Amino acid sequence: MRYLRNGASLVLDAALCNGCGRCQEVCPHAVFAIEERKAAIIARENCMECGACRMNCIVGAIQVSSGVGCAAALVSSMRRGDTANPSCDCG
Amino acid sequence: MGCGCGSQRQELVALGSSSEIRNISAEINWRDVLGGWRVRWGIGRMRYRVDPGLYRIGQADENSPVLVTANYKLTVDAVRRELSGMSVWLLILDTKGVNVWCAAGKGIFGTLEVVNRIRATNLHQVVKHRRLVLPQLGATGVAAHEVKRATGFTVYYGPVRAQDIPEYLAAGMKATPEMRRVTFGWRDRLVLTPNEIVQAPKPLLIGLVILVLLEVIAHRRLGSEVVTDFLPFVVAVLTGGVLVPLLLPLLPFRPFAMKGAVAGAVVFGGLFLVLPMGALEAVGTGLLVLAITSYMAMMFTGATTFTTLSGVRVEVRYALPAILTAAGIGAVLRGAAVFI
Repeated sequence: MRYLRNGASLVLDAALCNGCGRCQEVCPHAVFAIEERKAAIIARENCMECGACRMNCIVGAIQVSSGVGCAAALVSSMRRGDTANPSCDCG
Repeated sequence: MGCGCGSQRQELVALGSSSEIRNISAEINWRDVLGGWRVRWGIGRMRYRVDPGLYRIGQADENSPVLVTANYKLTVDAVRRELSGMSVWLLILDTKGVNVWCAAGKGIFGTLEVVNRIRATNLHQVVKHRRLVLPQLGATGVAAHEVKRATGFTVYYGPVRAQDIPEYLAAGMKATPEMRRVTFGWRDRLVLTPNEIVQAPKPLLIGLVILVLLEVIAHRRLGSEVVTDFLPFVVAVLTGGVLVPLLLPLLPFRPFAMKGAVAGAVVFGGLFLVLPMGALEAVGTGLLVLAITSYMAMMFTGATTFTTLSGVRVEVRYALPAILTAAGIGAVLRGAAVFI
């Protein structure tokens, strides 16, 4: 299943990549593959921008703006007047 | 799965300092089953916790693997039920009773908590090896290399689903590509539906009170037609809260609000054929039903495994004004229809 703007903010700097494969390991949607000892984005449209790859990239080669894809969190943050960082306080 | 009355049963309660090792059974008893059912219906959902710390399953010794998990009891149950007959350590983090995925997103299933919990439980003394198995969905909150740097423990990301843990361990801590993928099948969606429905009674009750008041004011009496008048709204809630999650991949369009509107339109079409309705009443009720199903469908975005924040921003920006407009016009028309 796919949603809107999946993976829009995912950026991989192949020049920095050391090919360790952590991004491929942690990605729950198989967005990455290791090709010729470098990570490559093979399925950007599956990315839900969870940020696991960025978090575990030891050389900082990955950028992605992550947050909760939750309309309830966004609507309640609109009520508070702060939509910059919706948080899922429902648990 | 027995009734758990035997000596195997272990209560998951605080037994002292957090460095103490406690035993925990891999058997799930009727209390666990009942407890799981209750939290799915939203009863005490935020208080269903296990004391953080190091737990021994079976005859775990200094060479046994260490599995890390969250302290939401539903999560702990899902893990330990898969470990029957095995000897492993369970390092339960303090995630404030939140599951792995959501706690990792908040950062409370995070690097700092892993490091602190290792130290608080004296894990270095308990096991000789320096390997930790974390659930893959915890990776959003944990930087494996920082755990290694701070504690010497190497993080191995285990499978997404607890049911794959035995196979993962048997394969020498190697996950197949399937174990690494998040799926969101109809069973996964079905267990989430009670939590969608339990949000509805209050607004539904308010709607019922308004409808009854209007009918009493208009006709100076309350007839049995209030039941058929109210039925569409109950059906709308069940459509938005149960049918949409269940049929999610089958419903057209990517925005959830549109999926909800499609389901609402189909269901309302059926109601229109079987219930007696005037034109004004039909338009008013129809708009309200669509607003309810769209809104509830949109609220389900947060329960899924594939939505993004940037996508939700787009959806809410366009759908919310449309839903509120439809609800407003629908309410006025439906109210007016009572007096005609």
